[in-house]
Amino acid sequence: MDRIPILKMGDFLLVTIQVDLYDQLAETLESDLVNMVKKYNSRGVLIDISAVSIIDSFMGRILGNISTMSKIMDAETVVVGMQPAVAITLVELGLPLKGIHCALNVERGMELLRSKIGFDNQEETDDDDSDLE
Amino acid sequence: MIVTLSKDTINVQREQDTIFLRNRIKEWATKIGMGLVNQTKLITAASELVRNMLKYGGGGTVNIEIVTKGRENGVRLIFVDKGPGIHDINQAMKDGFTTGKSLGLGLPGAKRLVSEFDIQSVINEGTTISIIKWKNG
Repeated sequence: MDRIPILKMGDFLLVTIQVDLYDQLAETLESDLVNMVKKYNSRGVLIDISAVSIIDSFMGRILGNISTMSKIMDAETVVVGMQPAVAITLVELGLPLKGIHCALNVERGMELLRSKIGFDNQEETDDDDSDLE
Repeated sequence: MIVTLSKDTINVQREQDTIFLRNRIKEWATKIGMGLVNQTKLITAASELVRNMLKYGGGGTVNIEIVTKGRENGVRLIFVDKGPGIHDINQAMKDGFTTGKSLGLGLPGAKRLVSEFDIQSVINEGTTISIIKWKNG
């Protein structure tokens, strides 16, 4: 059966969707991801959809599910790289992906993930200090 | 008046067939020079409708046509299934209505994404949905 690979990178899980999704494939990804979060005690999930040309209501729901399920397992999800045409279509379809954190690209997504789980607590404290000065 | 220029029929029986269908639609839309945003809208609408066809109609056929009304060209898709039909079309066209456990965005969402939308359904005989996306529409 087809599967979308999930890469473990430190405390994060990385998914790059490079193929056209059909429903079964998306559902498999959802359960695989949630299981991997548990298995590796992951704190964050990054999903790169820059190669995805179509997101319909089903795929949108799966993204929402992944985000919510990870959340209640104490992991944050960030979706990155959405194509402009996909964003336009999603909003017109009536699916604004509420509650899903998004970032423009992988780099910014990683930053967002780190800040969400307070990874750079140390740095943040430093920043706070400098703000006070 | 809308004239059909060329036509193709695709059988959809399994989920995997939807990917083939999407690619064919993209091919045809590119052929008439449709822009990326309109292509994406059309294919997303098709993806919603073909899911309904598989889920409720047990599969069916999709006609892809290149149509023209004078100066403007477009792609018409006709989804035909021999499923149980839709009891209340007005209700099915409402946002958030579903008999399954989905979001209920399929039919109304697809309608918002295309230029023209027509649905005919006969109980116990099947459902036919026809959509058109004009190149610049």
